[in-house]
Amino acid sequence: MSEIINSPLLWKGAVVTLQLTLYSAVLALILAFFFGLLGSSRHGWARAIGRFYVEFFRGLPALVLMFWFFYSLPLVGIRFETMVAGVLALGLNYGAYGAEVVRGSINAVPTAQYEATVALNMLPRQRMWRVLLPQAVPLMLPPFGNLLIELLKATAIVSLITISDLMFRAQQLRASTGKGTEVFLVVLVMYFVMAQILQLLIRYLERRSERILGRRPRRRAATAIAGTTGTGSLSGVGGEGS
Amino acid sequence: MTWDWSYAGDLVGPLLGGLRLTIAATALGYVLALALGLVWAILRRSPNVVLNQAVRWVIEFIRSTPLLVQLVFLFYALPTTGIQFSAFWTGVIGLGVHYSTYISEVYRAGIENVPRGQWEACTALNLPRSRVWFAVVLPQAIRKVIPTLGNYLIALFKDSPLLLVITVPEVMRVAYTEGGKSGFLEPFTVTAALFVIVSVLSSILIRRLEGRYAII
Repeated sequence: MSEIINSPLLWKGAVVTLQLTLYSAVLALILAFFFGLLGSSRHGWARAIGRFYVEFFRGLPALVLMFWFFYSLPLVGIRFETMVAGVLALGLNYGAYGAEVVRGSINAVPTAQYEATVALNMLPRQRMWRVLLPQAVPLMLPPFGNLLIELLKATAIVSLITISDLMFRAQQLRASTGKGTEVFLVVLVMYFVMAQILQLLIRYLERRSERILGRRPRRRAATAIAGTTGTGSLSGVGGEGS
Repeated sequence: MTWDWSYAGDLVGPLLGGLRLTIAATALGYVLALALGLVWAILRRSPNVVLNQAVRWVIEFIRSTPLLVQLVFLFYALPTTGIQFSAFWTGVIGLGVHYSTYISEVYRAGIENVPRGQWEACTALNLPRSRVWFAVVLPQAIRKVIPTLGNYLIALFKDSPLLLVITVPEVMRVAYTEGGKSGFLEPFTVTAALFVIVSVLSSILIRRLEGRYAII
């Protein structure tokens, strides 16, 4: 057992896993806001684009998308670095889930707020940036937190396209020690610890954003978006964001 | 290399064969998840604090670790128990156990939504515990969460290609082996199309269900 825990392979892998999570999260966040805002637009064509992006990439498993980027696209002359293929697949996939969160949260801001901005003759830009988004973002944090944990877990698939993340290193270690059960048990615990640390960070952010807005901190996250891959919130059903 | 329609057409047969196995694994995994999820949900309401907390942490552990790692772990760990599982059944167990933790939370939310008066009525009528659960609480709890349960079926379906790592010849593995022979462009593209079609169709179906069951 000690040879497994002391092996530098797993620690190096864990760092790569965290890097991947970070890069894909940034990409997913950008895509989520872009398509989420399109999805809550007044214009029908913009909503259609948002809808299409969400339906398409939510319906496609990240693994299939990643294999397609990695194995298929080079055959028609489009070549990615391995890391880019992984981040792109994860980012596009989780961006679609995130876009639904953004759209749902903006729609969840009370209508009276929107009507007030119209009464005050605000520009569409001002409505969004000064009134709607500042109130929608705290609503987004709990579901975004769940998605971040899901993303951390999803990064394990990049091992299949030879990115040396935690899962890939685990396979290497298994090959050299021959102890499959022990190696993967240790790796499971490592993923668990990483997820718990992320969870604590997210809770801290949620509390801060609520305090900035001057709201009472809620005991539990109130939104779980129906339809995301196992939005693992403790709050269960809800589904008010979708 | 350019897109070859006749090659793509030839692939549809074997890929649909793989899809059959994907759907079988999804269905069996889902049944296991529904059953095991119910066990978790009922255990979580046990008055025994030790049992309650133990179940809570088991669920938390399974839920916050990757399914891929769990599948490979089961692949190596299950044979050490002395029982030989085929790769397919290992996959079904992995999918089922992983999703049971999500589904138990869905049940839990449903159960919490059952009005307290219902429980009190059961006590007043002196119903045995099994009847309380199966005749009163669960029928009301599950009805409301049917759409959410449906969403997890789609999610489980989309996680099923992970079974390729433990050598189950489901659709993605078929695409991979076919691609190894004569190019990866068509197999993966056709597979991707199959997934999008099935997912979009089933999400339309779920929305219908939502209309029927969610609002009572």
